[in-house]
Order: sequence, then structure tokens, then C-alpha cells
Amino acid sequence: MTGGERRGWPLWEVFVRARRGLSHLHVGSLHAPDAAMALRNARDVYTRRGEGVSIWVVPAAAITASSPDEKDPFFDPALDKIYRHPSFYDVPDGVSHL
Amino acid sequence: MTDGIEASRTAEPAALRAEFDRLIADDRRIEPRDWMPEAYRRTLIRQIAQHAHSEIIGMQPEGNWITRAPSLRRKAILIAKVQDEAGHGLYLYSAAETLGVDREELLGALHTGRQKYSSIFNYPTLSWADMGAIGWLVDGAAIMNQVPLCRCSYAPYGRAMIRICKEESFHQRQGFEILHTLSHGSPAQHEMAQDAVNRFWWPSLMMFGPPDESSAHTAQSTAWGIKRFGNDELRQRFVDMCVDQARVLDLDLPDPDLTWNDERGHYDFGAIDWAELNRVIRGDGPCNADRMARRVGAHEEGAWVREAAGAYAAKHPEHAGVAA
Repeated sequence: MTGGERRGWPLWEVFVRARRGLSHLHVGSLHAPDAAMALRNARDVYTRRGEGVSIWVVPAAAITASSPDEKDPFFDPALDKIYRHPSFYDVPDGVSHL
Repeated sequence: MTDGIEASRTAEPAALRAEFDRLIADDRRIEPRDWMPEAYRRTLIRQIAQHAHSEIIGMQPEGNWITRAPSLRRKAILIAKVQDEAGHGLYLYSAAETLGVDREELLGALHTGRQKYSSIFNYPTLSWADMGAIGWLVDGAAIMNQVPLCRCSYAPYGRAMIRICKEESFHQRQGFEILHTLSHGSPAQHEMAQDAVNRFWWPSLMMFGPPDESSAHTAQSTAWGIKRFGNDELRQRFVDMCVDQARVLDLDLPDPDLTWNDERGHYDFGAIDWAELNRVIRGDGPCNADRMARRVGAHEEGAWVREAAGAYAAKHPEHAGVAA
């Protein structure tokens, strides 16, 4: 792992696919010395009751995140385009399957 | 865009605090990278760490009976339960770490006694029936405390609690089943079940903490949305629930003052010996020294495993998941 790591083993974020047809969802994190151990530990910690059919482990340090601020201007472009939602449009009475 | 991010980083603490207060007032959740008051962070670290420590120390009283479980079925169930407790500890340590402490620091605080674990685990497990009493009463009380924590304002704690609560209900039921089987077995088995309930009833009531008026943290934790109900209210709910279940178990709860109060719509119960709780918290419980010695010993004896795994990872950087 790269520098800036805290003492001890690196942190891994764990993603589990509950069953075929669904996407992987973040379920938590754990520490492990390498990817293989992270995967085994993730199985023991997060899928003791058949919660998943597939696991991803990702080094937490490899994740780039946006700012936590919900009012971040980063998301501004999404807020003023209400015409992207179907509810923006008037549909005359009697029209179906639209 | 970068200007905006810069601005939010250097914003007045007053503005950040106002945003935090607004989220709390609206019953929204706080995520790890949000600004939060230092006291809120410290309170959560203390509470989540104590909770995590309790889960892993809680493996000991039950681990004590794995080799002596009365059947293969009971043994398999008990192993699964003790493994769950380890898992719960890990969910909670992970939640605490999102607040900026690291795992070694937390374990160090446990091993040197700077952070506590639940005093209930300082009582010994003297008979097989204690596995039943722990599941029914101790896990029952824990669930009563933990269900409201699923809505805790600090999101990672709430998410950990949702997983834990799902798993705890198996723990409580398996305990109830053990007691029910013993209670309806031979007279000696019935007596064993009653003895276990006699010993664990009062310590279970103490698990809800001191009365609200003398609880140091209740008011502030409630204002922050960490705590949703007072200690006394949860304790009362637990008593009301147990009275009916004890009837089905055909076991007595060891409290001569336990009577239905029509006016309150609740059971009245006897005075709790808070001096005992304080004694156990201070370290004078029956098993404090044992539990700590076992925990520190397990950590030290496991050092070679951690070192070996670390050495293997260093030799095989291709398994590290990212380029070294």
C-alpha cells in the first residue's frame, strides 16, 4: 500500500452481491494484510448467513470520494434541470402508455 | 468548483456547527466526513469502543462452555453464537475507526483498562443453564438497548447496529430454548435453570445503566440523537417483557416486589443494588481480572499469526490489491 497508511494492516472496503441480478453493495470494512486475506475475512465477517454470492474487497486508500457537503457545487448541475424528470411534462387526459 | 470546496473547508466553525445542528434537528444522519463537534466525536468513540469491547469480551463466558455443551446440536449453536460475537465486535470497531481512531489504539485502551466493557461479563458462568440465562436475559437486555441505536444519528454506528440486531434475535431464542428445555426436564435440571435465572436477573437489569437522574451522559446523548430512550424506560420495557416469558418458562424471577401496577400499566419491581454495579465497574466483580488476563493473553499469543500474515503480504506485493 502507498504511504500515509495508519499503523497496522491496511483498511479494505467490502462490497457484497446478495444474489444474481443485483449489484454489489457496500457492507462495511475490515483490516487485512493482503487481498486474499481481506476476501477470506470478508466472507467470515459479512456473509455468515448466506448474505452473498460474490464479494469485492477494495483498498480504502484507492477510493477517491467527492466532498461530503450535500450543498457542494459539484452537484449543482443536477439540480436545475427538472425537465430531466418525466413529471415535468403535462400529459393530456386520456393518453395512456406514455 | 474548486473554489466551492475550498470555501467549505475554510468555512466558519459557526456555519459548520449550524449545519450539524440542522441535520440533528431534522433527524438526519451524520456521515464520517461531515463536520461534527469534538465532544460528539469523543462521546461516540467512547460508546462504540465500549460496545465493541463488550462484544469480544462477551465471547469468554460462553466460550467457557463450548467443550462441555450437552449435545452436538447445542455445541454447534454455541460456536456459531460465539463467532457472531466476534463479528459484532468487528462491525463496531470498524464503525469507531470511521471517527479517526485506529484499531490498535482501541485494543490498547481495552488492554490497559482505559476503556471499559459491559460489567455483565464480569460474572462467572457456573453451569450449562447459564448459557440459557445469558441468551434469554443478557442478549434480551442487549437487544432492548440496541434496537433504538439502529436509528442513532451517527450513520456508521446505526448501520452496524442493524446488522447486529438481525443476528441477536437468534441468540435470544437459543437461550430461551435452553432454559425451556431444562425447566421442563428433570427436577435437577429445573433447579439448574432457576439458579441461573436467579444469578443473572439483577445484573441484567443493571445493563440498562444507572437511573436517568444520575446518568452522566443521558441528556447530552439524547439531544444529539445518539440515545433515543432513557435507561429507566428501557429497563421497564424489559421487565414487562420478561414477566410473561418467565411464565412460559415456568421459572420465577427473583424479586419479591415484582407486582403488576394497574395504574401505571407496568410491573413494579424491587430496588436495584447500584453499589454492586459500581463495585463491578471499578474492577471488583467476580471475573474482572480473569477476563482481562484472558483477553491480553489471546492478543499476545496471536502475535505470531499477525506477524506471519504481515511477512507473507510483504513478500507477495502482487497480492496487495494495488501497486505497491
